Amino acid sequence: MSLTFLIKRLAGAIPLLLGISLILFAIIHLAPGGPTDVYADNPSVSPEALQQIITRFGLDKPVPEQYLLWLKAMVTGDWGLSIRTGRGVLGEILARLGPTLQLGGMAMGISLIVALPLGTYCAARRGSRLDTALTFLSFAGISLPVFWSALLLQLVFSVWLGILPSAGMKSIGDGSLIDRLQHLAMPVTVLSLATIASWSRYIRSGMVDVLAQDYIRTAYAKGRREWGVVIAHALRNAMIPAVTVIAIDFVTIISGAVITETVFAWPGIGRLFVESMNGRDYPMLMGLMMMGSFGVVMANIIADIIYAALDPRIRHG
Amino acid sequence: MTALLDIAGLVTEFRTENGPLTAVKGVDLSIAKGETVALVGESGSGKSVTSLSVMRLIPERVGRIAAGQIMFTGADGTRRDLAQLDQDEMSRIRGRDIAMIFQEPMTSLNPSYRIGAQVAEAARLHRAIGRRAAWDLAVEALAQVEIPDPVARARAFPHELSGGMRQRVMIAMALVCDPVLLIADEPTTALDSTVQLQILALLKRLQAERGMGILFITHNLGVVAEIADTVAVMYGGRIVEAAPRDTIFTAPAHPYTRGLLASLPRVDHAARAAGVVDRLVAIPGSMVDPRHPPPGCDFGPRCAHVTDACRAAVPGLQEVGPGHQTRCLRWSEL
Ligand SMILES: Nc1ncnc2c1ncn2[C@@H]1O[C@H](COP(=O)(O)OP(=O)(O)O)[C@@H](O)[C@H]1O
Ligand SMILES: [Mg+2]
Repeated sequence: MSLTFLIKRLAGAIPLLLGISLILFAIIHLAPGGPTDVYADNPSVSPEALQQIITRFGLDKPVPEQYLLWLKAMVTGDWGLSIRTGRGVLGEILARLGPTLQLGGMAMGISLIVALPLGTYCAARRGSRLDTALTFLSFAGISLPVFWSALLLQLVFSVWLGILPSAGMKSIGDGSLIDRLQHLAMPVTVLSLATIASWSRYIRSGMVDVLAQDYIRTAYAKGRREWGVVIAHALRNAMIPAVTVIAIDFVTIISGAVITETVFAWPGIGRLFVESMNGRDYPMLMGLMMMGSFGVVMANIIADIIYAALDPRIRHG
Repeated sequence: MTALLDIAGLVTEFRTENGPLTAVKGVDLSIAKGETVALVGESGSGKSVTSLSVMRLIPERVGRIAAGQIMFTGADGTRRDLAQLDQDEMSRIRGRDIAMIFQEPMTSLNPSYRIGAQVAEAARLHRAIGRRAAWDLAVEALAQVEIPDPVARARAFPHELSGGMRQRVMIAMALVCDPVLLIADEPTTALDSTVQLQILALLKRLQAERGMGILFITHNLGVVAEIADTVAVMYGGRIVEAAPRDTIFTAPAHPYTRGLLASLPRVDHAARAAGVVDRLVAIPGSMVDPRHPPPGCDFGPRCAHVTDACRAAVPGLQEVGPGHQTRCLRWSEL
């Protein structure tokens, strides 16, 4: 793993991102409706004013030309103006990134801390009653729709028990750590449940494969005890296949836990996406989706770096 | 010579969907200090299961020792039945008193760690020494197994070494704590024949220097002639013949042993002395399926001399001569 390799990978991502942007741009413009629809039925907006908005945002130009204009601006760091709010796209996104990172980061951290020992334990004790029970729970966790578990939690903890706030990031006029944590509790739980379920499955299956390898028997033969074998010899090799999944899931959540943020009125990227979608806010949607695509590309590169750190055969080959 | 290892009536079975499968059906085997016992037999005869039973490396979930004793005298002189120990007690014996090397050098080392670290780990598990001292010990052990430039090689990863070199690393790892017993399960089978000879010579040299007992598992009688003091021939989960090496080659009593000798592909001095050079005959039929053993003698269906008496019951061990037993009813007539 060298610097040249990194630069090559990054350079290789440029045509990919260009292609993605082209497709995204086309799809957004193919979708029925447009940014001015919200004003069309509004009697207080005159046709002249509407026409002015259209000209100002260049919506009257042919789509290919619009794309080139957007691309030119994007490359120079100008992400354009939101049609909905009139403010800069980049600024809006950055403002929403903080809450999302808070929510996503916490959920990811908890997921990893729980899924790793869970998957490892299940693999080491595969076939045991606890493993069977946890397998069942994982599938339940994977199959449970996020909106359902979110609403259920709200019902129980906000409506019935009244101990947790149902929405938002903090109470008005408050903002203490406790208050913020109370607001985080349910969205983090909802997000974590699904990821814990799927990650622990990945780690379990990676671990089961590794535990059947010859070098595991060698580790026992030299006098390692079971957990020494599992932690010192198996875990590192078992993590390798899980790395990509974890990296991509991380980006997916950072680029917008759409449902969770919507249900809990969390002022993050996911909600911004939904709002922009409803308003057909082309520049904002492009900005958000390009950021997401860039995140996925980066996650893959980071996953490769982690692979190389974990597996010397990749490092040297 | 005091016995280092005394296996008596070992029965090992696996849990399968169709109920228990008995892979080892009452094995008796003895190894004295400094002695090399070769366990010989076709693939599937239960050699590996026997050795894994001694090491207690068959996980609870997979199988169990159903009967028998494995009396072992440790380096400190204590004599214990390994079949009765728990995994915690076994982990103190494994790698320190008994070490094991395996058939597949390519996959038996952890791909993620430097070989020096893997040898050092074996040392640190049983000795109160620091990282540096363990690393130095590892380099020394690598030198002992004749790995060129051990200081630099200790930093190599397994994938950077050839199969023969990796098997040397396995041997270094096995011997770093000076075990009194080494179990080698087909350690040369996966290697080229020239490398095979080098590894055999190395094991012989190390044994001469350290005086450890060796349980050497192989299906190759040529290898047996090279290394063994005593030979036990295994078939269908039982020892069918046991004798000093030269006796096996000069006066085999069991038809299966004779079949093995006749199919010996390589010619060695001991074999040449036995006059088995000219004929190369494969034993007809195939290894008994442990799920459906025939009535009586396991080798019956493949034996040219089988009689009704052979089919009536599994033959007991017959005393042929000093240190020579066989499980054939008709050995004296044949
Ligand atoms: N994990 C296992 N589960 C079920 N049966 C096994 C297992 N390992 C070995 N056996 C069976 O035990 C018998 C002896 O195998 P083994 O000792 O590996 O033979 P070999 O003499 O070639 O080393 C074979 O019939 C094999 O199918
Ligand atoms: Mg075997």
